[in-house]
Amino acid sequence: MTTDTIAESTATPRRRMSRSKLTLRRFLRNKMAVVGACGIVALILIAIITPHMLPWTYDQIDSGHFLKAPDGRHWLGTTQAGRDVLAMTVHGMSRSLIIGFTVAVLQTTISCTLGATAAYFGRWSEKSIMWVIDLFQIIPSFLVIAVIMKGHSTPKNSWLLLALLLAAWGWMMTARVVRSLTLSLKHREYVLAAKYMGLPAYKIIARHILPNISSLLIVDLTLGVGYAILAETGLSFFGFGVMAPDTSLGTLISEGARLATTYPWIFSAPAIVLVILVMCVNAVGDGLRDALDPNSSSGGRA
Amino acid sequence: MSPILSVKDLHVTFGSEAGPVRAVRGLSFDLERGQTMAIVGESGSGKSVTSLAVMGLHPDSARIEGSITLDGEELLGKSDDAMSSIRGKRIAMVFQDPLSALTPVYTIGDQIVETLLIHSPMTKAQAWDRAVELLDAVGIPDPATRAKSFPFEFSGGMRQRVMIAMAMANDPDVIIADEPTTALDVTIQAQVLEVLKKAQKETGAAMILITHDLGVVAGAADDVTVMYAGRPVEQGSVDDIFYRPQMPYTIGLLGTVPRLDHSGDTALPVLEGTPPSVVSLAPGCPFAPRCPLADDSCRSIEPELESTDSPSHRVACFKAREISEQGHSHHDIFPTPAIRTSQYADLPRDERETVLELSQLRKHFPLMKGALYRRQVGTVKAVDDIDLDIRRGETVGLVGESGSGKSTTLLEILELSKPQSGAISILGKDTATLTRRQRREMRRHIQVVFQDPMAAVDPRMPVFDIIAEPLGAFKMGKAEIEERVFDLLDLVGLEASHADRYPQHFSGGQRQRIGIARALALNPEILVLDEPVSALDVSIQAGVINLLADLQGRLGLSYLFVAHDLAVIRHVADRVAVMYLGSIVEIGQVDEVYTRPTHPYTQALMSAIPIPDPGVERSRQRIVLTGDLPSPANPPSGCAFRSRCPKYAQLDSAQQAVCAGSAPVLSSCGADHRVACHFGEALTVL
Amino acid sequence: MARYIAKRLANYVVLLFLAVSAVYFLAASTLNARAVYAVRNPPVDPGVLDAMLYRWNLNDKTPILERYLVWLKGVFTHWDWGFTATGAWVNDDVSIKMWVSLRLMLIGTLAGIIVGILVGAWTATRQYKPSDRAFTGFALLIVCTPSFVIGIASQILAINVNRWTGVTIFEFVGEAGRHGSYFGAVFFDRLQHLLLPTLALLLIQAAFLSRIQRNLMLDSLGEDYVRTARAKGLPKSKAVMKHALRTALIPTGTYVAFSLATMFTGAFYTEKVFSFPGLGAYFVDSLMNPNPHGVVAVTAFSGVCVVCGAILSDIAVAILDPRVRLG
Repeated sequence: MTTDTIAESTATPRRRMSRSKLTLRRFLRNKMAVVGACGIVALILIAIITPHMLPWTYDQIDSGHFLKAPDGRHWLGTTQAGRDVLAMTVHGMSRSLIIGFTVAVLQTTISCTLGATAAYFGRWSEKSIMWVIDLFQIIPSFLVIAVIMKGHSTPKNSWLLLALLLAAWGWMMTARVVRSLTLSLKHREYVLAAKYMGLPAYKIIARHILPNISSLLIVDLTLGVGYAILAETGLSFFGFGVMAPDTSLGTLISEGARLATTYPWIFSAPAIVLVILVMCVNAVGDGLRDALDPNSSSGGRA
Repeated sequence: MSPILSVKDLHVTFGSEAGPVRAVRGLSFDLERGQTMAIVGESGSGKSVTSLAVMGLHPDSARIEGSITLDGEELLGKSDDAMSSIRGKRIAMVFQDPLSALTPVYTIGDQIVETLLIHSPMTKAQAWDRAVELLDAVGIPDPATRAKSFPFEFSGGMRQRVMIAMAMANDPDVIIADEPTTALDVTIQAQVLEVLKKAQKETGAAMILITHDLGVVAGAADDVTVMYAGRPVEQGSVDDIFYRPQMPYTIGLLGTVPRLDHSGDTALPVLEGTPPSVVSLAPGCPFAPRCPLADDSCRSIEPELESTDSPSHRVACFKAREISEQGHSHHDIFPTPAIRTSQYADLPRDERETVLELSQLRKHFPLMKGALYRRQVGTVKAVDDIDLDIRRGETVGLVGESGSGKSTTLLEILELSKPQSGAISILGKDTATLTRRQRREMRRHIQVVFQDPMAAVDPRMPVFDIIAEPLGAFKMGKAEIEERVFDLLDLVGLEASHADRYPQHFSGGQRQRIGIARALALNPEILVLDEPVSALDVSIQAGVINLLADLQGRLGLSYLFVAHDLAVIRHVADRVAVMYLGSIVEIGQVDEVYTRPTHPYTQALMSAIPIPDPGVERSRQRIVLTGDLPSPANPPSGCAFRSRCPKYAQLDSAQQAVCAGSAPVLSSCGADHRVACHFGEALTVL
Repeated sequence: MARYIAKRLANYVVLLFLAVSAVYFLAASTLNARAVYAVRNPPVDPGVLDAMLYRWNLNDKTPILERYLVWLKGVFTHWDWGFTATGAWVNDDVSIKMWVSLRLMLIGTLAGIIVGILVGAWTATRQYKPSDRAFTGFALLIVCTPSFVIGIASQILAINVNRWTGVTIFEFVGEAGRHGSYFGAVFFDRLQHLLLPTLALLLIQAAFLSRIQRNLMLDSLGEDYVRTARAKGLPKSKAVMKHALRTALIPTGTYVAFSLATMFTGAFYTEKVFSFPGLGAYFVDSLMNPNPHGVVAVTAFSGVCVVCGAILSDIAVAILDPRVRLG
């Protein structure tokens, strides 16, 4: 038996699920992650819609109603200054969300640019980037950010400055991971092939390297939101974060903390919202990690 | 005599995303003491799952049915504690990858001692002495000292010896070896197979040898089970399977593999298609879609495994009787494509233009050591002053084991820059003199196809974009690109409808075709092929090899074909160069080198390769090299091969002084045949 | 190895010098020590104040570069880290406060590490079983809660426990308080004050580490050598403890080494919530009542702790991993 054609296995390939479909399916099977995703969407919607529907705005002072327990007039009570805790919590949540997302996007951008550059080009660019990473990591970020915030923040710019600083001191770990992943991708055959077909380096990075570590970047972006929100809270707790009259969950918790044992409502409302928010973000991050990486089984950031 | 191990109607099923994976469906066999049964199959055929089922080491999610009895005692359904007292004591296992199979933080000695102490009451000191004995038995030099080493201080072959020592430690009744030599080089494979045989002899154990390499089977097995899509499709003695196969799949496997002892003037018969997924099996014989003999009954009912004329030879095929009565061979069953010959074929070599020339090419790099703190401990002479030239329209094969420098040579060429020393000349232009622009322009003329089809194409790009990428890099117009991509798809035997699919939808063979299409996009004159078929399942290799041969004929391409598989090289190449530790030790016209290998290394290399023919394997005298490849940073003085050279051992001291004193240079030993050996003599090893 | 560590150390010294200098400029330019006296009544005589601030190298009328050089000279020649705006010596402050921080952190950190490793390893072997889900869920809750919220929540709980039992079991303000005159009363009082913050720290540390350890353990459970150990005849639990856990401890070792070294400065929130006058509280005070030298000293000290942590991590991994030790 002899035929003229050379064709071998051109029979229609077996049907397989596309990668994105498979990822979605794996994600949806993880109940925690789905609950988390719904939670985030719900919280974002609340942050956008409800401020206009509430009887009080976050910076309004109800004279004569100081430190009032929750009642019909103020559903979650008032603060020492007579501001409505519910309105402040909702506003604080939207501040925290904005800060969280801004920081996450910024730091992921910085880390993937620098990490991939260091690994792909090697030599002096790698040396200098690694040196900068060491420099940024040698002092706990809290100290530096606190000093700068103390000196330079004003009530108007405080949240933005805080977000920029958190991003500026938050990219190093991911950049290291991106670098080591790029190092392993750099000698992958499709990257070599692209090089040998004459593609310029920036195109190789943008087209072949970053898309192939996108699962890490997506997970990192998600978890970064949670870390940024927690970091914001921490700095605001000491008064180095968002400044009054602007309000974040951190400033509100901080205000409540001093009176937590006697006037617990000021403390507990924002604290509960914060924990729910961060848990949702982390659940989504963990769920994405499991869904994107078939080898990963679950859990935190090692 | 009653069988020591008896498997009856074994079924193993796993859950998965896409549905239940029926990994093994109805496997039965009996194994006698001292006998070896080989289970042969491609990836996904269920052969490894079987071994884990016998060991009771399958994941908890697996459902196992049937019966496995060891000396009459049922193993399925035993508690894990009960199985633990059997594992390592009565059934021992040697795993495929010795790199990851040993715990990195304990010494070799400790790990063997542990194996002994679990099952026998002895003191730690006694166990240590026994461990040293075992290491000696498997051929580890200086075992008392080496027992204190950690796994990372051992080479792959040495680690596999340690695994075998562990397997024989408690005198088992059955040894299961799961692809024991797949991760090793051929000369090391030959050593390890010898050690495995020795271990079996000393313990008197029965052995299950799981492999995809038919050559290994021919030399080592008494009985063979061929598996396909989780099912045994043919069972019998090794002679039954190799000389009287009746299942088309077995026939195809045996017939489509390039053979070391056959010259490759004709195209290989082709086994079309790929093995099915065991998740969603269509009714009927799983091989039917690929079987040229299949008819409607094959496609609707799955045949049972039934005895043929000889009761021990059993086949699952409706066509078995027809095949045996009419004496069909693979040529009768499988199509052999016609391959166009090149316009240069008739032109004598000397009159053809030289397209690629390496002269005194050298690449040395620092050998770094240390995980935390890296330091240079020596210089690796990866490529040490080699000369090589390729003429238009010919294929030059570059063979060698890992560490020989063949891949480094190839990467050096592809860099298109000035080498450390020596020169690379492509189409008459010295790469050292190229400007940036000229270098980019030169990339049009020389392209590459890589080994691993999984890694060679970006998994996140559709096929169209992958093939179009080099065209885009050279600023071709959009309409032009589109036309060219569809032409290329056609050229490599893919369909236009494949253009918008992603690589993961394709089989390994098809992905390799995508890689070839991309390499051809710019109409290169030279194609560098880095192990283009070694990562493919055996039944798929033939199609890709034929395609490459056909393209060469049609397009007049010149190939530099790098491979470790000498059988493939014999089939595809016109000339061959053998590398050892950065140098070419023998080079010449293919048939000349294969029939009259003159360098002792070439002889050993060819002798180490198992041939899929039990009769030939039984009568062959094998040259087994001693020891490992020396550290490339610290090779022996003079001839780098002398530390392992069987010839050197036979020389008198004055002659040995010559080998130690100076490195031999390539000198002619026949028409277009040169060898670098002071005392080379042609020898027939095949 | 020694040469390698020396080289790394030298690099770290340079980095530390640059970072601390940068913080000096930041702190000195934004924290004006004069502010401490602005609210004094009666006001301090400007001439006297200038002279005083000048003596302590805190006068904002002196160019900042000059102040920096004076400070630098003090540090390098006399190990003098400068004075606060009220004339206290920063060296004294830091050397007292760091031990306060350590006393607060020590037990909670150590216990948290041990509990975290055990819980992480144990839950990994029981992946997706109810006990695993319960522990990992609780750990996630703790990790997602800021430590000061945990601290405050624990205080609210403690008040209720105290009230309910009628005995003051938990004390949570400061390091020591009123105590009886029986033998060991001082010691017991300190322990009582330490109980609640230690529990909080333990919880935080254990939750964090258990998540890391569980992941590492899951990875190493899938390794071939664990299968080899099982194939030798080791029962599952033994193969897991001896082979999987031992290898999974290598990365944990580096983390533990790091957290031990940074214990001195680690707990800003806990110190603040439980009113422990440690280094973290000192830093915050130094920012609030402008004390640039205090800020810089704490920063430098933290940097040294980080460097020690990094080097301890290297040593830990060398001890735990023969590939690094001998490779």
